[in-house]
Amino acid sequence: MKLSYWMYSGPAHIGTLRVASSFKNVHAIMHAPLGDDYFNVLRSMLEREREFTPTTASIVDRRVLARGSQEKVVDNITRKDAEDVPDLILVTPTCTSSILQEDLQNFVNRAFLDSKADVLLADVNHYRVTELQAADRTFEQVVHFYLDKAKKNPNWKVEKTERPSVNILGMFTLGFHNQHDTRELCRLFKELGVDVNLVMPEGVSVNDIQRAPNAWLNIVPYREIGLMAARYLENDWGMPYTTTIPMGLVDTAQFIREVFGHLRQCSEEYFDSDITLQTEEEIEAYIDNQSRFVSQASWFGRSIDCQNLTGKKVVVFGDATHAALMTKILSREIGVRVACAGTYCKNESDWFREQVHDACDEILITDDHTQVGDVIARIEPAAIFGTQMERHIGKRLEIPCGVISAPVHIQNFPLGFKPFLGYEGTNQIADLVYNSFTLGMEDHLLEIFGGHDTKEVIEKSLSTTNGLEWAPDGLAELQKVPGFVRGKIKRNTEKFAKEQGIQKITMEVMYAAKEAVGA
Amino acid sequence: MTTQTNTALMPAKNSLVLECETGNYHTFCPISCVSWLYQKIEDSFFLVIGTKTCGYFLQNALGVMIFAEPRYAMAELEEADISAQLKDYKELKRLCLQIKKDRNPSVLFWIGTCTTEIMKTDLEGIAKRLQVELGIPIVVARANGLDYAFTQGEDTVLAALVESCPQTKSSTSEALIVPPAKTPNFWQAAFGPLAKSQEITVGTGTIVKTPQAKHLPLVLFGSVASTVVNQLTVELNKQGIEITGWIPARRYSELPELGPEVYACAVHPYLSRTAAALIRRKKCKLINAPFPLGPDGTRAWIEKICQTLNVEPKGLIEREAAIWENLEDYLELVRGKSVFFMGDNVFEVALARFLIRCGMIVYEIGIPYIDKRFQESELQLLEQTCLDMGVMMPRIVQKPDNYHQIQRIRELMPDLVITGMAHANPLEARGINTKWSVEFTFAQIHGFTNARDILELVTRPLRRNRSLSELGWTTFVKDLPQKVV
Repeated sequence: MKLSYWMYSGPAHIGTLRVASSFKNVHAIMHAPLGDDYFNVLRSMLEREREFTPTTASIVDRRVLARGSQEKVVDNITRKDAEDVPDLILVTPTCTSSILQEDLQNFVNRAFLDSKADVLLADVNHYRVTELQAADRTFEQVVHFYLDKAKKNPNWKVEKTERPSVNILGMFTLGFHNQHDTRELCRLFKELGVDVNLVMPEGVSVNDIQRAPNAWLNIVPYREIGLMAARYLENDWGMPYTTTIPMGLVDTAQFIREVFGHLRQCSEEYFDSDITLQTEEEIEAYIDNQSRFVSQASWFGRSIDCQNLTGKKVVVFGDATHAALMTKILSREIGVRVACAGTYCKNESDWFREQVHDACDEILITDDHTQVGDVIARIEPAAIFGTQMERHIGKRLEIPCGVISAPVHIQNFPLGFKPFLGYEGTNQIADLVYNSFTLGMEDHLLEIFGGHDTKEVIEKSLSTTNGLEWAPDGLAELQKVPGFVRGKIKRNTEKFAKEQGIQKITMEVMYAAKEAVGA
Repeated sequence: MTTQTNTALMPAKNSLVLECETGNYHTFCPISCVSWLYQKIEDSFFLVIGTKTCGYFLQNALGVMIFAEPRYAMAELEEADISAQLKDYKELKRLCLQIKKDRNPSVLFWIGTCTTEIMKTDLEGIAKRLQVELGIPIVVARANGLDYAFTQGEDTVLAALVESCPQTKSSTSEALIVPPAKTPNFWQAAFGPLAKSQEITVGTGTIVKTPQAKHLPLVLFGSVASTVVNQLTVELNKQGIEITGWIPARRYSELPELGPEVYACAVHPYLSRTAAALIRRKKCKLINAPFPLGPDGTRAWIEKICQTLNVEPKGLIEREAAIWENLEDYLELVRGKSVFFMGDNVFEVALARFLIRCGMIVYEIGIPYIDKRFQESELQLLEQTCLDMGVMMPRIVQKPDNYHQIQRIRELMPDLVITGMAHANPLEARGINTKWSVEFTFAQIHGFTNARDILELVTRPLRRNRSLSELGWTTFVKDLPQKVV
């Protein structure tokens, strides 16, 4: 047993559900007790989703404990098949079904016979993998399944697209700024003259998966999800993939070079050279123009403002992708000293170390937020770049924090265009960094000079000498009212007391005032 | 499916119909009760013994509360716990020692979950041993999703807490209720007539509050904010009724004494197990009353208490009328509008009854579970309210099926759907007004004073959408026409 108050990544089934609900017309059925369908709330609230989340539970209750699920799971699958006519039903085990050890695969096989939809059992173990690992695995499982299915069709064959094209793997629901990143990457490829064949899993029908091998190359923009699918597509379908993450100026440039390196190879392999790819010089010219004039980040790095940030200490913490790249950007492109870089993705610790070892003073691999808090308290950085948890640690220690990674709140699902990847991403990151620091500086100045306004704040009150007396119980009750409405309640109560000719305001008078005024 | 919807549109019957569906509905896990109970019982610490799934739910459902160093934590079960490589007793001891060291609570609550249930962890047995070793009482409540929904979590905790309440000493209590003139004793000799003293110390050192009122002790149960405690106390004091104690009390040490002469009355409609524990284990007498929601419910609640304790209620009718008068601006908004409760927190019957009295039409009352005996008075009041207002009896659907409910909502097109957060945004996108049901659990809605707050919640979507209606956008999904109905 582990004493825990908070965790960075969720249970495995959340990862599976995130992938399932990203695909179009895929329904997930959880084998879970009442109340475990909290995922629907997350999706509906954080993503402000307009559609009903295609996730239902096959409820595990006392009766199921006593006699097993028996027909229940099968019935729920066939029922959903008839109601929503999905392409795929993904049966999702939870921590509860892990211990029950029912043969869910058997239910899936039986339901498969009767239903029009395909039925799959998500292959994830609750006690061994995290949310992100489960998402990675489920995504690969679905891609694998539909390509195997396509193979059985004698009329189906892989035809590489005429023009160079890529698949973007790993964009999915509740991902940190994923939909903005998708848009930014698509724009980048458009400018480069490269087609985007499929973006998966977000918004793709499972029937489109058979088109995946038509692309020349797979792009895996995030470390945490998509790699398994990319490796499978390389092994079984000979598709190369990139793992450079196009975040920050240096890595975005590296990413573009890598993409073209692969495309050029593919072009020689599959086609005669009648397709005009841009030359190496053209690519370098494009990168140079983007870096110096389209993106403002390189100029920002050189500007006087940014000079003030030189050598300031920061702590970076988040998922492997965002924490590693943020560390590199801060130390290489902005000149900030990263005193500690860390991630909660323990399974990516080797990759993470390799990425950041020469960009920071120390490396922290942990999923315990108290440990992160202790490190921050010890280092006392000028700013933190982390998750919502680090934002709260920062609040407590009065250190500004920019949020760069999940887990996140609803305010991290902005309506405006805010990518972290590509050239527009570099602008967004520069703003985020700069705003975090200036806020810190302002705060500091305020402290030195004792605030903007040293005059005593005049309280908005009806009258200070109204001859009213607050009885102790009334005063105690007033203290319970949240601060931001206390003044209003106080004024309303006093107004009421005056009208009623009451001199002493007790608890009862307060309630009477509330009833009368409707405050 | 069509038969389902047809029954929904069938002509109204003259008495309440209770139905039951499949139980495929969305609600919170009952462990969520931790969030309000740890704040209510100030010297407690809640340990939820479960998996990452439970922890993830709690940290997301409770939002920012998690960052305020709450007095609760997860005992997260790992693979070695599941496969019995580790001993539950040893593990729990280790964690509880840690909690004792860090927080030093006066009571520990262990919340059992689905996992401990399936593994058949003997929490009650371990707690008995461990509380002696630790020197801290441990209360075990099995608030799991296998058996319960959302607010019923509080019910399991309070039912367990009843066990911890001290037993009344019948001799002492007899002495207290016998008129003082007949029992000249030490106390009287020393301090004058007993009736004048507020508090006396009896032999064992327990503080017993002598009732000034001439009625038997009254204990209220149900966790409400201290403001609401005060409001309801004031309300009953006006009738000359003293409240002997509350379950839960603000502190564990302040739990009331219970015994055969004690009357108990609930403030929440979901406390049927607690009621049963009070009756069966502590031999208390239960006052079965409607619940104090809305001015009508509050009046009926007080009247029932008065009636049981032989007190003549005074000024209640005028008080209720005055409250209604003050609600008029909101009542104008809701009159004639229709409501559909999808059901998730067991407040539904009481709220529906109040809204019908406000002039609304209720199509369906979805509810996780209904204890017909415990809610008897509430159901009667609902029936009476429907007759008084001349509206159809709503159908009550226990263990509803959300999918079928959404089909019915699409046909009925109610003016307001009270639902969980999983369905709120998708329904709004289809031009249907919604109110999140969870807010009724967290807002202060009991008593005369807070009737306005219920309507504030109910009318919010109506008011908001009135201000947006000029824009002309009613639906936000592509497969629907702009104007529905």
